Amino acid sequence: MDIVYTIWLRNVKRYLRSKSRIIGSLGMPLFFLLTLGFGLNSVVSVPRFSQGYTGFIIPGIIAMSVLFSSIFAGIQIIWDKQFGFLKETLVAPVSRLEIMIGQTLGGATTAFIQGFILLVLSLLFGLILARISGFLIAFGFMLLIGLSFTALGVAIASKMEDMHGFQLIMNFLIFPIFGLSGAIFPIDSLPGWLKAITMFDPLTYGVEGIRYGLLGVSHINPLLSLVVLGGFTIAMIILGAELFRKISI
Amino acid sequence: MNSNQTPAIQVENLTRKFDDLVAVDNVSFSINTGEIFGLLGPNGAGKTTTISMLSTILKATSGMALVNGFSITKNQSEVRKSIGIVFQDQSLDEELTAYENMDFHGRLYRIPKVERREKIPDLLKLVGLEERGKSLVKTFSGGMRRRLEIARGLLHEPKILFLDEPTLGLDPQTRNHLWEYIQRLNRDKNITMILTTHYMDEADRLCDIVAIIDQGKIITMDKPKNLKDSIGGDMISIESADSSQIKSLVESFSWVKSCKLHNGFVTINLLNAEKHVAEIVNSTNKSGLFIQSISIHKPTLEDVFLHYTGRTIREEETSSRDQMRLHRKMRRIR
Repeated sequence: MDIVYTIWLRNVKRYLRSKSRIIGSLGMPLFFLLTLGFGLNSVVSVPRFSQGYTGFIIPGIIAMSVLFSSIFAGIQIIWDKQFGFLKETLVAPVSRLEIMIGQTLGGATTAFIQGFILLVLSLLFGLILARISGFLIAFGFMLLIGLSFTALGVAIASKMEDMHGFQLIMNFLIFPIFGLSGAIFPIDSLPGWLKAITMFDPLTYGVEGIRYGLLGVSHINPLLSLVVLGGFTIAMIILGAELFRKISI
Repeated sequence: MNSNQTPAIQVENLTRKFDDLVAVDNVSFSINTGEIFGLLGPNGAGKTTTISMLSTILKATSGMALVNGFSITKNQSEVRKSIGIVFQDQSLDEELTAYENMDFHGRLYRIPKVERREKIPDLLKLVGLEERGKSLVKTFSGGMRRRLEIARGLLHEPKILFLDEPTLGLDPQTRNHLWEYIQRLNRDKNITMILTTHYMDEADRLCDIVAIIDQGKIITMDKPKNLKDSIGGDMISIESADSSQIKSLVESFSWVKSCKLHNGFVTINLLNAEKHVAEIVNSTNKSGLFIQSISIHKPTLEDVFLHYTGRTIREEETSSRDQMRLHRKMRRIR
């Protein structure tokens, strides 16, 4: 446990120290929230959602911010590889599983903080909480998104030599995951075939879970969301641990 | 040297292949406790690969090694606890302070908090960084980083310290300082050291035993003094555009022990060079051969390397650059 904590601590320390990263990664979600939210609020109305379109996409934008931060946190292992720091960790008498778990928890924590900041900002933009317990539900789903996608980031980083493939991953993995998740549109109103695709996107269940927590309404039953996202998280941690175990430097 | 003849490291027929490239070829040696052992050779000779296997980062293809009495294949965890390692490439977290880098290391090696608090400032002081503990590593110069890495490698009190090209890319003054640190550590704490280098003077000055390694094989191994004495006499080095003619001319003299041609230089091994140098110059003049420069020196480890391989380490480096590239590719494939 000490080792997991050590790796976690390093990640959190580095995160808290880089103010530019904290502010920088708030940029895109805020931009989406402002342009989409205020731009479309008066022309789009989502059935069953009383808080308007802005209220509807706030959970989606929070999920987006956690998604991006966590993938990024996982992929950081590539930098550790390139700048040599990974060797220092790998040559120590500790197991790789401990390192991987520490890295995943650290990344999930920083991604969670990132999502939390956005949630607080959303309150300023007019988000009205249905109930306080909803906060906790939303937190739970944010953590799961953070854990699963940091683990996925670790898995990807274990296979990549350098950052050249990063653009590829952004454009062909992360953006589709975000775009198809129902973060910015109601999945109920999609044509059947497209809705089917969104059902294969693990982030859909994260967005829906957060939505249920914050707004009290969702398309997907929150328990189903919990089971699917929870299962995905476990699968990603297993995959990440397995690939990280085989990493060579 | 306080060596009680228990080998700190024992290596037998260690081999590492990357596909069809043999990076380390059937290498055997043993290092006594308290010794400074040097692996001297050009880049791509297999030094780092050897160190990587001994520190359990890389699996050996065949052969075996005991580090502090533990097998590198069966007892990896014990081996790791016994060793400290300073890698060839930097391995610090630049976004953390010097103290935090040390503390991180201490936690990884499960050193209790009280002990960490006591030892980290001591070690920072040992390498002259006590004032900079709270500075971020990214503000450090190359020499400071190296010193910090050495201090870090000592935190868990390893029995054996691995130093992979410890002074690569450092200025002469910093190198001198580092050599002093290394020697002092070896003396005061009786830490066995194994270092790799392609600097002749470094191996000569620091090491009790030097193994010269080329293309994955250990060519010769002894005390630096013995290695140089085995060549004996003096060396005359002649730079010339006509070096091959000069070589055949010089070889005809009876007092020449050996004569090697490399890269526009003729290096002659003989006794009493002062006595014969004039004769060499005269006869080359007579034959109309032009000498650009000439120097006399006592045999160095460079001459030992030249003697065994027919090349100097510097020349070897250019030719082995392709091999190194191949090396990297292999690593990637693996």
